[in-house]
Amino acid sequence: MTLSLSSPRRRRPGVGVSQSVETALGWRTGRSHLLSMALRALLCLLALAVFAGPLIVLFSGAFDNNPDPTKLSVIPNSPTLENFKVAGERDVWHYLANSLIVAGGALLLQVSVSVFAAYALARKRFRGRAILSLLFLTTMMLPEEVIAIPLSLVLGDLPVVHLSLKGTLLGMILPLGAWGFSIFVMTEFMKELPTELEEAAKIDGAGEWRIFAQVVLPLCRPALGVITVFGFIMIWDQYLLPLIVANDPSDYTLSVALSTMRSDTIGPGLVLAGSLLALIPSLIVYLLLQRSLIRGMTAGALKG
Amino acid sequence: MTQPLGHSGISTAVSTTAATEPRPGGRRRAAAPPAGVVKRRPRGGRRFTASSWVPWLFVAPALLLFVVFKYLPMAKGVELSFYDVRPFLGNLWVGLANYRSVFGDPQFQAALGHTVVLAVGGTIGSVIVGFFLALLLEGPARSLWFMRSAVFLPVVTATAVVGEIWRLLYYPTSAGFLNTVLGFLGIGPLHYLDHTSSALWSVMAVAIWTGGPYNMVIVLAGLTQVDRGLYEAAALDGANTWQRLRHITLPALRPVVTILLTLAAIRGFRTFTEVYVLTGGGPAGSTDVWMTRIYQLGFTRNEIGVASAAATLLFLVTVCLTVAMQWYQRRKEARP
Repeated sequence: MTLSLSSPRRRRPGVGVSQSVETALGWRTGRSHLLSMALRALLCLLALAVFAGPLIVLFSGAFDNNPDPTKLSVIPNSPTLENFKVAGERDVWHYLANSLIVAGGALLLQVSVSVFAAYALARKRFRGRAILSLLFLTTMMLPEEVIAIPLSLVLGDLPVVHLSLKGTLLGMILPLGAWGFSIFVMTEFMKELPTELEEAAKIDGAGEWRIFAQVVLPLCRPALGVITVFGFIMIWDQYLLPLIVANDPSDYTLSVALSTMRSDTIGPGLVLAGSLLALIPSLIVYLLLQRSLIRGMTAGALKG
Repeated sequence: MTQPLGHSGISTAVSTTAATEPRPGGRRRAAAPPAGVVKRRPRGGRRFTASSWVPWLFVAPALLLFVVFKYLPMAKGVELSFYDVRPFLGNLWVGLANYRSVFGDPQFQAALGHTVVLAVGGTIGSVIVGFFLALLLEGPARSLWFMRSAVFLPVVTATAVVGEIWRLLYYPTSAGFLNTVLGFLGIGPLHYLDHTSSALWSVMAVAIWTGGPYNMVIVLAGLTQVDRGLYEAAALDGANTWQRLRHITLPALRPVVTILLTLAAIRGFRTFTEVYVLTGGGPAGSTDVWMTRIYQLGFTRNEIGVASAAATLLFLVTVCLTVAMQWYQRRKEARP
């Protein structure tokens, strides 16, 4: 299957296949179709303006010294780093650190927990496997928002140990460790691997852990990419969870703290500088793992 | 890709115990004990062997997290929905009173209306936008690949960031950014989030802005599956572009679009962050949706019982939508 977004390579049209049947709308290229190309370029520019334009405005506004929220522009009028300086005074680096710690910790926890569980569910036969799979997968249709209130009560008084995770970053990390989607993706992928590999490793005397870590896991790199990029986007997008875990604003992650930076005196540059800092990590992850992201999105949809 | 087995620092003790184990599947094993119970207890010929508890060791972390942070809160939420929650005084069983107050509350009724409008409008809008984007940006050229990557950016941007930037773009005076742009076209100035009549539509536009590119990718994947031979045959038969779209492309995309619609609808009903960041439910409650209402009741007004009842209802709606989608897919598979 050609993954359209992720494959910049030119697909060679087959012999006898004319250019116009390559796409659903039959876009033509070449000197003889200048009108068609111009129309398409115009529409592309429009799409770019609508979907990337706001982010360009965000970028330039973050570097613009401008107290007037109506004077947003595509190019900074008077470039400055003042916004970041003021944002620093408002603890933006502290919030960014909170965000990065939560994202790093939760992603590590989520991926390892999912990989462990998926290994058992996909590669082992044991009593209770079916019910466990069901237990994990049914949470995929449980919106996280629905359990927000009771979750905050549970975090305030953990069962058995009776500790409170309110106001701690751990309280934001631990609930994110449980994500049905990544267990599902990993399990489906691991089911497809041939069993001969493990049997051969077993005959060679490899133990359970070694079979998992050195035989199965290295084969799972495509799926690991998928759950990493989806996990990161999901974790970075968290809003309600940090909001309910936080005891006071110093516990906020950057996403939640953005609303405290709305200000009329310094202008929109402050909140835009914060927004830019919140945007950059997701841009980096997107650029690095774009292929995995598209693979994950399309695999699910085309199966159905 | 696979590393050689010889070089590892794993203790040999683990390897040897597992290696001397009989292969699984030889005979029926006893029910596996919970992780951690590894003592061998000879009882009626039942023995717990290594291969029966190893899987549980691998599952244990996930099981712990899911029980504590998913199932326990879920059970607690359903339980609390039947109580009048009173801190320090003890909870009072009130039966279905919380559900009655949810249904009787005009603000919840309004929120339900807004949620449905937002979910349905946002869903249909983002599927249409995604479809047009996919048709426009389909193709192998490198420049198109770049365009697709750029258009997809709103999807990976955190919702809070999306909210903050749109709040500024929507600045409601005639000098606001979007009003200036629209001014060139002779439209406006519009009030956007500032007015009860336009706020909900403005929120919906933002939802479409993030949902459209997401759907684009899935429609694009669907488009690659369409048989090029059919396009060629249509071209030979002299079909025009519209006829080709109508009779080849759209029917081929129908299963994909069905899934998109259901997924987007489920997402739409649980909308929280967009609304909370953009308007906080205002002005005058005109964009209050189900989740912002729950948040307000549960966390600012501390009516946890009523909020739990509303959350339970939302959960039931989600389950119904999911089950309906599953049922639809099964039926389709049974009769291809």
